[in-house]
Amino acid sequence: MPKIIVEIMPKQDLLDPQGKAVSNSLHREGKKEITAVRIGKRIELHFDREITDQDLEMAKDQAANFLSNDVIEDVIAITKED
Amino acid sequence: MKIGVITYPGTLDDRDAQRAIRLAGGTPVPLWHDDDDLKKVDAVVLPGGFSYGDYLRCGAIAAKAPATKEVIRLAAKGLPVLGICNGFQVLVESHLLPGGLIRNEKQHFICRDQKLRVENNETAWTSLFEKDQEILIPLKNGEGGYIATDDTLKMLEQENRIAFRYVENNPNGSMNDIAGITNERGNVVGLMPHPEHAVEAGFGPDTPTAMRSGIDGLLFFESVLKMVVNS
Repeated sequence: MPKIIVEIMPKQDLLDPQGKAVSNSLHREGKKEITAVRIGKRIELHFDREITDQDLEMAKDQAANFLSNDVIEDVIAITKED
Repeated sequence: MKIGVITYPGTLDDRDAQRAIRLAGGTPVPLWHDDDDLKKVDAVVLPGGFSYGDYLRCGAIAAKAPATKEVIRLAAKGLPVLGICNGFQVLVESHLLPGGLIRNEKQHFICRDQKLRVENNETAWTSLFEKDQEILIPLKNGEGGYIATDDTLKMLEQENRIAFRYVENNPNGSMNDIAGITNERGNVVGLMPHPEHAVEAGFGPDTPTAMRSGIDGLLFFESVLKMVVNS
């Protein structure tokens, strides 16, 4: 199924409570070599036809204006998958 | 004077907001998130609680609701809009107000009576307060940490757009102790604490005078009613 994948991460300098909790748990398990964990989002937009350049533009626009909030998050990647 | 109160899926405080409007002398008009008819109201309250499961980000999906889109359109023409708690989150996600709200600094949901200072008493919703007046209203949120870029913070400070600041303690790590802000025109105000829960003696916060006698929240609604009557 053709899809556009949007990846979003919390901004570097913001506290990521999910990542911190997971990191603490991994450390309890003895995985001290992991220095930090950060958790973001992967959003898939599915299509039932071939994805056009316009679709990618639309996804870029939605990623910037709806799927992410640039005050707290960064869009890391927008990729097409056939 | 008709003041609309929008109900989103997950809203908790719509009835309290309606009651606050009634106690202030206005006529509350229930509005539905999926309806772009705002029924010719003179002002709108976006109440607290949750909206659409707060999926994606708090307030993000509500910002796209038909009723919210109409609020955005009319706010540009001067319609007074008050966003409380989740309503404040909807206002920042709608870009009617700048910045964002993130999880409280210490990760805990906080519920308590909170002292605030009125920094700007020239907005549609604060005109009956004295400048620098300290007020006490309930605060209850999990994601109330206000953040913004350095440039936005500077702009808010310089343009006197910080409407309320937390006093004595900053409950959620908000930058510059910001509890609420306003837009340039002063018709749109958003804040995390809940004025609608401090409007009737017997049900408000404790004050030095008597238990549960705090009614500082009433002036928000009386302010906007006075403005609408005068205009």
